[in-house]
Amino acid sequence: MADGRGQVRRRLGLRLWLSAGWLTLLLLAAVLAPWISPKDPLAQDLFLARLPPFWMDGTEPGYWLGTDSLGRDVLSRILHGARVAMTVALVAGTLTCVIGATLGLLAGFLRGWVDMVISRLTDIWMAFPPVLFSILLIAVIGPGLGAIILAIVVIDWTRFARVVRAEAMAQGAMDYVASAQVAGRGRTGTMLVEVLPNVLPLIVVLLTLEMGIAVIVEAILSFVNLSISTDDPTWGGMIAEGRTSVHQAWWVLVFPLITLFLTVLSFSQLGEGLKDRFDPVLR
Amino acid sequence: MQLFRAVILRLLTTAVTLSGVAVIVFVVIRVVPGNPIAMMLPPGATDEDVARLTALYGLDKSIFRQFLIWAGGVLQGDFGTSITTRQPVLGLVLGRLPATLELSVMALVIATVIGGFAAVTGTRLRGTRSEAAIDVANGMALSVPDFLWGLVLILLFGVLWPVFHISGRVTPSIDLPFTTNFYLIESLVRLRPDLWWDIVSHMLLPALALAIPLAAIIGQVLKQSLKETMHLDYVTLSRTKGYSETHVITREALPNAVLPALTLVGVQFTFLIGGTVIIERLFSYEGLGNMAIDAVINRDLPLIQGIVILFAVIFTGVNLIVDLACAALNPRLRHG
Repeated sequence: MADGRGQVRRRLGLRLWLSAGWLTLLLLAAVLAPWISPKDPLAQDLFLARLPPFWMDGTEPGYWLGTDSLGRDVLSRILHGARVAMTVALVAGTLTCVIGATLGLLAGFLRGWVDMVISRLTDIWMAFPPVLFSILLIAVIGPGLGAIILAIVVIDWTRFARVVRAEAMAQGAMDYVASAQVAGRGRTGTMLVEVLPNVLPLIVVLLTLEMGIAVIVEAILSFVNLSISTDDPTWGGMIAEGRTSVHQAWWVLVFPLITLFLTVLSFSQLGEGLKDRFDPVLR
Repeated sequence: MQLFRAVILRLLTTAVTLSGVAVIVFVVIRVVPGNPIAMMLPPGATDEDVARLTALYGLDKSIFRQFLIWAGGVLQGDFGTSITTRQPVLGLVLGRLPATLELSVMALVIATVIGGFAAVTGTRLRGTRSEAAIDVANGMALSVPDFLWGLVLILLFGVLWPVFHISGRVTPSIDLPFTTNFYLIESLVRLRPDLWWDIVSHMLLPALALAIPLAAIIGQVLKQSLKETMHLDYVTLSRTKGYSETHVITREALPNAVLPALTLVGVQFTFLIGGTVIIERLFSYEGLGNMAIDAVINRDLPLIQGIVILFAVIFTGVNLIVDLACAALNPRLRHG
């Protein structure tokens, strides 16, 4: 039994390290993009349009992953696209987490009318199709990085609120909370000092998952051409372009897609790995 | 009696939720920048033309008055007139609804088959390397959303090995003899296998993209539920009677393991329907979602309103049906 558990832990460990490794690499790419990109991501050259990746015939030196239909370097655009993706993941993920978790904690611990208002609001929010809602919001706020972050926060706070509410409710019913109150802690104090630390592991897991979701939402919005200005390279924008020319130049779609795929997978595996780490039974 | 009261309460909260959605959508889209009326008229239009058309669509009144007029119409089945196509919103939306419903239901069926198969196989092979492989595949299917699966499928079966169509609902050159917009069902009813196959080969990839994450969830929950059921005495008893392991799992354990999975599938099904918006766009499938994105891009306010309300009705409706089905199927609640 102990052996089996060790095996499980090793497998989890590998998964955790691989995901963390990929995300670190991506973060470095995002920060260093202007210095490590082989070409200017915006430079167009119609004579160099639709160059295939380096292992195929008819390439030009320096264009490792080929070029798109306007002759822009795919690798440089992926590296620059990482800046938008990582910014959205970190900023939108964190903001969504703070707002959603706060509302969930308040609803779950205070109960009563606070819970009723927040829960009803969550129900209404969940009745919107999220993708349509985000597209609508971007149409209202206008394009731009700030707008995307705002749209993600406005839509996804319910993910945190629902789960954290249920967990805070479960924790609130436990003996240690009652004894803290008997020992003379106020309600706010109990909530922040006693309940919050016990809900925190769950919040961290949700935050990791949310970062992956934020990257996808940004990609979807760029895909329907509502994200940032069309000049800035984004993975979703590259995918949208690649989708239209998929029969002539598959690499324009494949490379950003692989990058996005690995990133989303890493965020969720990181979340799952952390969940298992926090699980006292496995630990 | 208790069940009756619970149903009434549930209907009331549904009504509150829907009214909330209506108010929020109405307010949000009134602040959209960009004048839809100016976009409708040819470039040479005068200010009077703009004013007349604005008054015609009721956009000159206060938001509160506009809401009352619109809500009054909605209660009578009038959702207003689309600004871009100048046709009644209700007709447009209902015309597209069958396409989206067929796609969602097909995805649900695929997800149930794959997920159920994975759960039963995983249980049958428990403790082996194959079970671990199924778990890993499940984990991957779960963590990657439908949008990315759609792109992967386009590359695999649209480009690399082009066996299925990657855009549209039917081949445009085909003359359809249909009277309804339920193409898939009608092609079956009219016994036209040629048309049926054309429609299915268009729907398969988008439906699969929607189905993969849901299949993973069904597989996971059903397997967990089967695992608990397999420890029960009656399952052990049937095993001692000499039935094969596959028979024990599918005939004895499965019927009791399904109920816990059902609630979750219902909630997840609404997420799947929400996912059709982007998947329809990705595959240029002429359903509600694709229409919704066009409506947002064209600032067609009445149409956006109609579509969002319809989605909200479907979402809350599915949740309501699942809750009632669970209450009806669960003997402890039924006789409570």
